[in-house]
Amino acid sequence: MKEIVIISGKGGTGKTSVAASFAVLADRPVIADCDVDAADLHLVLAPRVLERHEFRSGHEAVIRPEDCIGCGNCVDYCRFDAVRMNGTDGGDAGFSIDPAACEGCGVCVRFCPAQAIDFPERLCGEWMVSETRCGPMVHARLGVAAENSGKLVSTVRREARRVAEGEHRSLILVDGPPGIGCPVIASLTGATDVLAVTEPTVSGEHDLERVLSLARHFEIPAAVCVNKWDLNPEMTEKIEEQARRAGARVVGRIRYDRAVTLAQMRERAVVEVEAPCAEDIRNIWKQLV
Amino acid sequence: MILAIASGKGGTGKTTVSVNLARAFDSEIQLLDCDVEEPNDHLFLKGAPTGREIIGIPVPEVDEALCDGCGECGRFCEYHAIVSFGTTPLVFPEMCHGCGGCTMVCPVKAIRETAKPIGAVETRRAGNVTLVQGRLDIGAAMAPPLIHAVKARLRRDLPAILDAPPGTSCPVIATLRGADFVLLVTEPTPFGLHDLTLAVEMVRALGIPFGVVVNRVGLGDDRVHRYCGQRHIPILLEIPDDRRIAEACSRGGLIVEALPEYRGLFRNLVGKTMFRTNPKEA
Repeated sequence: MKEIVIISGKGGTGKTSVAASFAVLADRPVIADCDVDAADLHLVLAPRVLERHEFRSGHEAVIRPEDCIGCGNCVDYCRFDAVRMNGTDGGDAGFSIDPAACEGCGVCVRFCPAQAIDFPERLCGEWMVSETRCGPMVHARLGVAAENSGKLVSTVRREARRVAEGEHRSLILVDGPPGIGCPVIASLTGATDVLAVTEPTVSGEHDLERVLSLARHFEIPAAVCVNKWDLNPEMTEKIEEQARRAGARVVGRIRYDRAVTLAQMRERAVVEVEAPCAEDIRNIWKQLV
Repeated sequence: MILAIASGKGGTGKTTVSVNLARAFDSEIQLLDCDVEEPNDHLFLKGAPTGREIIGIPVPEVDEALCDGCGECGRFCEYHAIVSFGTTPLVFPEMCHGCGGCTMVCPVKAIRETAKPIGAVETRRAGNVTLVQGRLDIGAAMAPPLIHAVKARLRRDLPAILDAPPGTSCPVIATLRGADFVLLVTEPTPFGLHDLTLAVEMVRALGIPFGVVVNRVGLGDDRVHRYCGQRHIPILLEIPDDRRIAEACSRGGLIVEALPEYRGLFRNLVGKTMFRTNPKEA
């Protein structure tokens, strides 16, 4: 099974536009949108949802006000500043937990002298299995201000693998998240190939270096393409040279083309519309597989 | 005043707005780059480094001589960062959130905490701007503790701009908590609008007042403007889709310096956000 993960380090370099085009060009792929924070692939691929599942992960502390004795020990125990003191504005005295700050460690629950803290499972979002014009798609939506995006990413990849095995499909295309932290690590571990989409800017250059180091850290072969390369041809060459030095394969350039936005507005992948840069993306796909 | 710059979608221009806004201030200002996975502000605000501190999170270290293998630490840990099979437990520091729970539940006090480095906080001085940035180590997963370390450098007697990471999950929340006002940067495209709606939900959940910056106006359509109009969300700045801006940014240039005709836009934004965060002072 081949699993190609498309990442970028810097956000907004064109990952999703490239991923949608690959979904159209690939032979019987399974598509996984692992940018669970700000998933956009569904805006192009218009999935019809077949299954919808709640994503529960970890726990959250909830103080029962009727049992809270107001000792404030939880404030000292919490390393995440998640305990709020009520009553300073004249309301009821006592304490409550800020769900956005609580990391669900359970220390306050365990050591509350009045045992006044519940620890229910936390609903963090949902994940879906859908069908699209390009094949089955697994995607997700992380609850706003929710934790554990890495675990949701792992869930999406696991389900995509299950679908691929069930339908005898040998390719999974993963649209990854920006950055290099926990959701990106969850998108990369165990993948067979990485394509980093970057842009010829000082930020693109800087972030590519970090994302390629991450791919090396996990020993995954990396390929690089520069999007909007003609915005700064010298920077493009510099980035390609940097990529080669980092042991990555340079698989092509995509020209700056307003048709990318036009395709997005028509809910089409770039290679589904008449666009000069569509040829660039087709060439990159050929190089990649 | 603490002003945070955020967006659901990456690459909409958070960094561009942050660095140009900081430079458009006439007076001393702090800029905190909280996008610790990919800090970029220093590429645009060049200045002499003034300090660097390694940041660690507390992770458990087990004293084998004291441990009797009871396994209580492993049963307590919600993150599977410490695991015991009736023996001295194994520690997986990359999973650890540093809550200190295992240390507290160990009945024989065999666990103490040591600092595991996850990155660094770097400071530099660039004209009127004091830049503080976090830089997460490659392979380190957890950004929020480093973001907290960056924010711990904040001086309350000076205005501050926080450049947030993209998205709507924990690193963004860690950045936005405590901010007086949030600017959500978006672009007039379907992706931009979709991710803006997520970001609006997020700042509403946090209860922080906010406004919108639309970047690359002219690139797409008017759906972001219609959305903001219907919901009475103020659009505080529109940056036109100008290839010269893209080229200046690609070289690490500041719009307010390379293209002085745009300086007024950012000066206006300074005034508007000052007014919205503290009408009395402005």
